[in-house]
Amino acid sequence: MAIHHVTAPVAGAAARTRPPEPFKERAARPPEPGPVRSGRPPEPFGNRAARPAGSRAALLVLADGRFPAGGHAHSGGAEPAVKTGRVRDAATLEEFCRGRLHTAGLTAAALAAAAAAGLDPLVLDEAADARTPAPALRAAARRLGRQMMRAARAAWPSPELDALAAARPRGAHQPVVLGLAARAAGLAPLDAAYASAYEAVSGPATATVRLLSLDPFDATAVLAHLAVDLDQVAGTAAEAAARAVREGAEALPAPSAPLLDITAEQHATWPVRLFAS
Amino acid sequence: MHLDHGNDFPERHTHSAEAIRPDGTRRALRIGLGGPVGTGKTATVAALCRALRDELSIAVVTNDIYTREDAEFLLREAVLPPERISAVETGACPHTAIRDDISANLEAVEDLEDQVGPLDLVLVESGGDNLTATFSRGLVDFQIFVIDVSGGDDIPRKGGPGVTTADLLVVNKTDLAPYVGVDLEGMARDAKAQRGDLPVAFTSIKAEGGVRPVSDWVRERLAAWTAENAAA
Repeated sequence: MAIHHVTAPVAGAAARTRPPEPFKERAARPPEPGPVRSGRPPEPFGNRAARPAGSRAALLVLADGRFPAGGHAHSGGAEPAVKTGRVRDAATLEEFCRGRLHTAGLTAAALAAAAAAGLDPLVLDEAADARTPAPALRAAARRLGRQMMRAARAAWPSPELDALAAARPRGAHQPVVLGLAARAAGLAPLDAAYASAYEAVSGPATATVRLLSLDPFDATAVLAHLAVDLDQVAGTAAEAAARAVREGAEALPAPSAPLLDITAEQHATWPVRLFAS
Repeated sequence: MHLDHGNDFPERHTHSAEAIRPDGTRRALRIGLGGPVGTGKTATVAALCRALRDELSIAVVTNDIYTREDAEFLLREAVLPPERISAVETGACPHTAIRDDISANLEAVEDLEDQVGPLDLVLVESGGDNLTATFSRGLVDFQIFVIDVSGGDDIPRKGGPGVTTADLLVVNKTDLAPYVGVDLEGMARDAKAQRGDLPVAFTSIKAEGGVRPVSDWVRERLAAWTAENAAA
């Protein structure tokens, strides 16, 4: 195996022995907040009564790579990274994924957690725009959001999803829709953060298997090595969402990866490519 | 009653699967074209557009594997105005985009209907794939599978979901049969054995009038589908 990241297994063992804190929050879920901006009509985004009781297994459905929400056509920046040689084996894929996870991945996970926590999705959609400087990535996020919306409405019909679909017929940012889908499924903000964070790394890993003919077992091992990072990012994102519930969407984190932004813009101009982004 | 999304599972998931839209108008008939690389899918789409564009309002969605070649071919051939042709990117998995995750294609179809509609017919051309490629019924109403004689006369015998279940099997490039040593009658027998009563069209799309059996079949399907879904 070509993975040289020696600290991951150790950290993984440590994670297994410590109490499952990321999940504890679910039991001690903070009281449901009202809509953050009082200027907006509370219905239907504030309609809590319509929420079904959640089943944790819904998270498996939502995070499944086969969830039909368009992700298979996007590489999450892996295609230009492979082309320029920055990703060329399992070790460089792991570094790429770790970088994406702690930057764009954290930003997306926090938006998803905030949507699941009940913040106004339209406010979050603007917050997502503000955190996505590259036009190509904004377009991709909205396109994926529209596709996610279709799948989410089929899986977990909800007035909140309907309202967002009506307000953003061309698509809201994908993490916002993902978070609202998690909410419709009765999942917690932390769950939404996990689904979003995992997607930030599983997308490039799957794409790299296709782009490099990378050994699929190595790619899966990369994802397993990232488990501790995923815990961290999802936890941070959920905490930020809880803060945003009290302080507004400005409290959400905004790290980005300039190289991902730049290569996404370059990629969008390629005449021949395998992935849409 | 046709609300935006009815409660009849599984129609709800596509939102546009019902033939009659919420405003009472009928959506376009959707026909998918699949088949292996190089068998003549794009040529069939181009010929269908030329044969039918004067009598029907048509749009096309292409699914190239890694380029916009097919869309550009159709544009270059000027079979339809550019606003009636839309290209979907498939992330190296053309069969996923027409079967397992049809969301991008559904959006392309719906956008075409919104932007240039009303339409009578939308042709969804899949990226060249293999013998297992089939379209989801959530995306298309009927599907055509295109193979050619130069791929070998054993393709119908081998079967596979495309050959056995497509609503129309097109065996293209029959003019090449003598040069590649293909037994057309044997192919017809094998196809019959695999497909039962489902129709097979042996043709040479590029020849004068070669698309006729396909365009006639499309006309019949459209007439039957329209009668079935007469606006209430």
